[in-house]
This record gives sequence, structure tokens and C-alpha cells, in this order.
Amino acid sequence: MKAASQGKGKKAKADPPEEIWNLRLYVAGQTPKSITAFANLKKICEEHLAGKYRIEVIDLLKNPQLAKGDQIIAIPTLVRKLPEPLKKIIGDLANTERVLVGLDIRSVSG
Amino acid sequence: MAKAKQDADSLAKCPTGIRGLDEITKGGLPRGRPTLICGCAGSGKTLLAMEFLMRGARDYGEPGVFMTFEETPDDLAKNFISLGFDLHDMESRGLIATDHVVIARSEIEETGEYDLEGLFIRLGSAIDSIGAKRVVLDTVEALFSELPNATILRAELRRLFHWLKDRGVTAIVTGESGDKTLTRYGLEEYVADCVIFLDFRIVEQISTRRLRIIKYRGSSHGADEYPFLIDERGVSILPITSLGLDYPVSTERISTGVPKLDAMLSGKGFFRGSTILVSGTAGTGKTSLSATFADAACRRGERCLYFAFEESPRQIIRNMGSIGLDLDRWVKKGLLKFHSARPSLYGLEMHLVTFHKVIEEFNPRVFIVDPISNLINAGTASEVKSILTRLIDYLKMQKISTFLTDLTHYGNSLERTSEEISSLIDTWLLLRDIELKGERNRGLYILKSRGMAHSNQIQEFLLTDEGIDLIDIYTGSGEALTGSARAAQDAEEKAAELACRREADRRFREQERKRKALEAKIAALRAEFAAESEELHLLVEEERIRQAALVEDRVEMTHLRKGKPSDPQAKRLKKTGERRAR
Repeated sequence: MKAASQGKGKKAKADPPEEIWNLRLYVAGQTPKSITAFANLKKICEEHLAGKYRIEVIDLLKNPQLAKGDQIIAIPTLVRKLPEPLKKIIGDLANTERVLVGLDIRSVSG
Repeated sequence: MAKAKQDADSLAKCPTGIRGLDEITKGGLPRGRPTLICGCAGSGKTLLAMEFLMRGARDYGEPGVFMTFEETPDDLAKNFISLGFDLHDMESRGLIATDHVVIARSEIEETGEYDLEGLFIRLGSAIDSIGAKRVVLDTVEALFSELPNATILRAELRRLFHWLKDRGVTAIVTGESGDKTLTRYGLEEYVADCVIFLDFRIVEQISTRRLRIIKYRGSSHGADEYPFLIDERGVSILPITSLGLDYPVSTERISTGVPKLDAMLSGKGFFRGSTILVSGTAGTGKTSLSATFADAACRRGERCLYFAFEESPRQIIRNMGSIGLDLDRWVKKGLLKFHSARPSLYGLEMHLVTFHKVIEEFNPRVFIVDPISNLINAGTASEVKSILTRLIDYLKMQKISTFLTDLTHYGNSLERTSEEISSLIDTWLLLRDIELKGERNRGLYILKSRGMAHSNQIQEFLLTDEGIDLIDIYTGSGEALTGSARAAQDAEEKAAELACRREADRRFREQERKRKALEAKIAALRAEFAAESEELHLLVEEERIRQAALVEDRVEMTHLRKGKPSDPQAKRLKKTGERRAR
């Protein structure tokens, strides 16, 4: 479950500083929740951040020591590393509205 | 789980190394299971957990993981140092691993389902990194305030405790006490094996920490509330319950330091290991008597621990110099140790814990508390009794001779203490003021002394330059006199005695004179009698001579008349003779 994708900025709007969204999804093995979360995230990003996002999936079963760094306790957890400030969303990201609020995407997409 | 049930018969225990706790739990916490420690804020939960972990790592070769939800690693390290443990050093040696879990609600959004696998992974990774056998989760409940979904949390915590059991680690989970429940979020539901409750209460502005084991599945345990102390060496719990009355006894006798007092105690002094109480009002010489006893112990080369609750050590040493006791040399030699504290410093139980701690450190043979009454006032009568019973039992087990002084107050009976501790006391001395003729003097007597024929006399108690002296007080003519009254009485008696002797002499002489007079009288009478006898004698002789002469005359007359001297004539003659004789 290693996936890093980057959308192309086809529909880039008039945001002069072209920001790359750096998102990190923590999972623990391929559980249904993890897979759902990844699928939901991918969908939201394609819709709202096409071309300017990067998703990093970290499997804590393989790299358990990484959990400490980002203070992960819940699985799955999505961490918005960039842009600042750091934000976290826990859960399988089923509620798109809340994910958008949580990631503060609405303001970006206008 | 099945394994745990099998083990229930012979429950394996994990020693905490915390003084007193292993005694109460009869060996330690349940090995391989979680234990809940709950209590209000500041009751010492974290410290207890910390010490459990540190002692395990250092003394029992069991590395431990400290997962904190509240304190930062820096704060944690500082706390450890306050107990004398260097956290960073132990971390670098792979004995302790820490993990600080921070959850900031402000930066977390919750959408959809999740679990706490991340926490499990972190904990598991920390355990694996050092091969930990012990785990502390310091207030895992903090999660409840940070994560909104309590349903998920509860399920996950339940899973966490099972998981800890499966890992076979001995865990301590701390939790804040709630209003009606043991913990605010009901953690006790999940941790069913062992629950320890820490209490921190303030009664009359004096705080006391207490510990109670609420449950310990599969093991017997002490059920009381035990006071405990947190100091620079960590947590000390007082496990001493009344151990029964099977302590060793000694027939050895030790001197009181006052030869005449020894004499009153059937000539040999106190029994070693006995408990001595000296009661008296202010200024009756209790401290002097204590110091003398301490001095005597040090002279024998024994270690003596002196708890002073009224005076500083320097002051006692100075003051006792005035009665010829040089206590300073014993302090310098390390035989005498003073421990001064204000009685109000903390509660009675805390003092008791302090006693234990210092006694264990110093290992004395003689233990003095001057005065114990201040402590008595710090608690209710029943508390005092139970606590002093524990202390005295403990001291008796150690064969430490205990010397307690008790300040009694005017207006109270001198035997006031009796309600509380008299039954615990082996030898009870009473110092009392004797007020008489504008003077106040000290008297000492023995109220009781078990196992010896002791004097029943009140002795006058004198503080001299050379120490304590006891004098028989005046007890003649129906009253007891002390001080100058006794001296005056002595003088008076001497005068009276002298007068008496003179009177006797006088009477003796009188008698002698009378005897002599009587003898003289007897002699005179005798002489008179002798004279009379002599006279009578002469008279009789004269008469005889005269009779004889008369007979001769008559014979001559008969011759002259030439008549025959017939019988009737003779009779007649005799008659006339008689008549003539008249």
C-alpha cells in the first residue's frame, strides 16, 4: 500500500503562489478502514486539489517508529503537513464535508 | 486469558520495590496484568507508577515503558530526578523507554470510523525496543477529553487492556477519581484485577496521604487505609498493622541513668525493649529525664534516636549542659541522633511514617519521643490509639526501648493519657508538681511497671548540676512535704527530738533521785526496826532476870517463915508474883 500520486494542475486557478498540498495518511495494514480512507481521500483530492497535492501513505506495521513523530494514536489518520499549519483528521474520511473543513480546502478552491 | 485463569491458583506477583507496598499486596502487583491506580489530582499516582517502573528497571532487571498522556518528557525527567533517578541515563542504557502522547483537540477533526491501533503500535514498538516487562500508562483517560467519540474509546481501551495482558507485561494504568466512581471514566470496569486507590485528604489543615487496595483478584491483601509518604526517596507506605502480641521479650535490664530511679525499679531499671511513658505537667523535668536516659544509653555504647517536638537539638544540648549532661559528644560520635520537627508540620500518620523511616535508617536501640502528647492532639483518640499501637508494636518487634514523654495539662487528671495509650505502656512514670507552702517542687513516682517489684514511694525529683537526684520526701505526721518545707520539717523534727531527749534525761534523773530517796527511806526503816528489835530483846532479858530474882526471893522468904511450901501456897504465891509483876 505504497502510493504517492500527484495531480497535474490543469484546472489551476489564479492562486499566484502555487502550493503543493503535502498529505500523509497513516494506516496499519490493509484494513477495510484504511482502504476506504485512501479511496475517499483520493477522490476528494482529485475533486478539489487536482494537480497540486501529494499523498504519502505510511503503514505503521512496517514502520512503527514513525507513529511517535506525528503523534499518531488513531488509525487511519490523515495529516496535512503542508500547507501550514499542521492538521489532522482521524477516521475513514467518509464525510466529505468534514474532510474539506478539516483540511481547510474550501477556502483554497474558492 | 485462559492462561491468566490457570495462574489464578498461584498468582505470580511482580514486586514493586516500593517500601511497604509489597507487604500490603503480599508480594507485589499481579504479574502480567494491568493494575489501576486511581486518585484525585496530586495524590501521587504518577509518582507511584514512576517508582514502580524505575525500581523494576534498576532492581529487578525488568525494563519498562512509560507512556505519558499529560507531562512532557522534560517534566517527566525532572520528576524522576526528584526521586533520585536519572531518566535520560536509564533511557540511554535501554532500561526505560518513554513516549509522550499529545493530542490537541484543536488540530483534530473526526470523520468516520477509526480505532486506536496507532497507540497500540507505538506502545508495542516501545515495548519491543527495550524488551520491557513493565508498562505505565499515565492517565490514559486524557484521551476521553481529547477524542470525542467515547464509544470507540471505550471499546479500544477494553481492547488495550486485553492486549496488555496478552503481551504479558505488568502494567499500571492511572486514572483520576470521579465524583461517584473510582475513576472519572469508569476505567475500573476494564481493569478488574487490581485496583489501588490513593487518597489525599486534609483534616484540620493537615494533609495526609493514604493508600487502599480496593481489590486484588486472586490474592489476599491488607484492606486498611495505609498512610504513605512521598519524600526524596520515593513513596513509603506504612504497612504495619497490629501484628499480634508475639514480639520477642527480653529479661535484660537497662539503666534509667538515675541510680535512685533504678533502685525504685527493683534495683535494675527498665526492661530492654519495653515502652516507658513519662507523664507530667510543664516544667516537671520530662526532657531532663529523657536526656538522662539518652545519655545512659550512649554511655553503654548504644545508638539513641531522639525525636524532639518542642525544642531544637542545639537548644536541648545547651539546656542539658546545665544539669551536667554533655550530649554533644554523643552526637559527634554518631551515637545520638536528634530529629526535630514541628508537630504541626504534618499529620500524625506522616509523623509515624517519618519515625519508621528514620528508625530504619539509624537503627537505634533506644528511641525517645519528647513529647508525644503534641502528636496525640493531632488526631482523634481512636486514630491515635491505632497508630501508636502500630508504632509500639513495631518498636517491640525491633526490641527498641521506647521512651515517650507526655505533657499533661493543668486541670486534667495526670492519668488522662490512660484512655489512649496506657495499655500499651510497660512502665509509667509520673512527674508531678507538689505545691506546698508557697513552693512548687517536683515529685516522681511509678504508676506502674510491668514485671517488676517497683517502689510505691513518691520521691522528690531534684535537678542538680550533676544531673537528676531523687530524695525520699518527708512523709511523717500524715503529710508529704518537699523542698524547703521538707528541710524545715527536718530541722523542726531534730529540735523536737533534742527536746524530747532532754526531757527523757531529766525524767531519768528524777527517777534515779526517787530511787535513791526510796532506798534511803528503806534503810532508815530497817535501822529503826533493828533498833526496836534490839530494845525488845533487852526488855525480855531484863524481865527474865527479874523473874529469876523474884523466884529466889520467894524461896528465901519461905525459908524465913519456916513453913512448908504447900501447893496452894505456891499458887497463891504465883498470883501475887504476877500481881507484883504488873
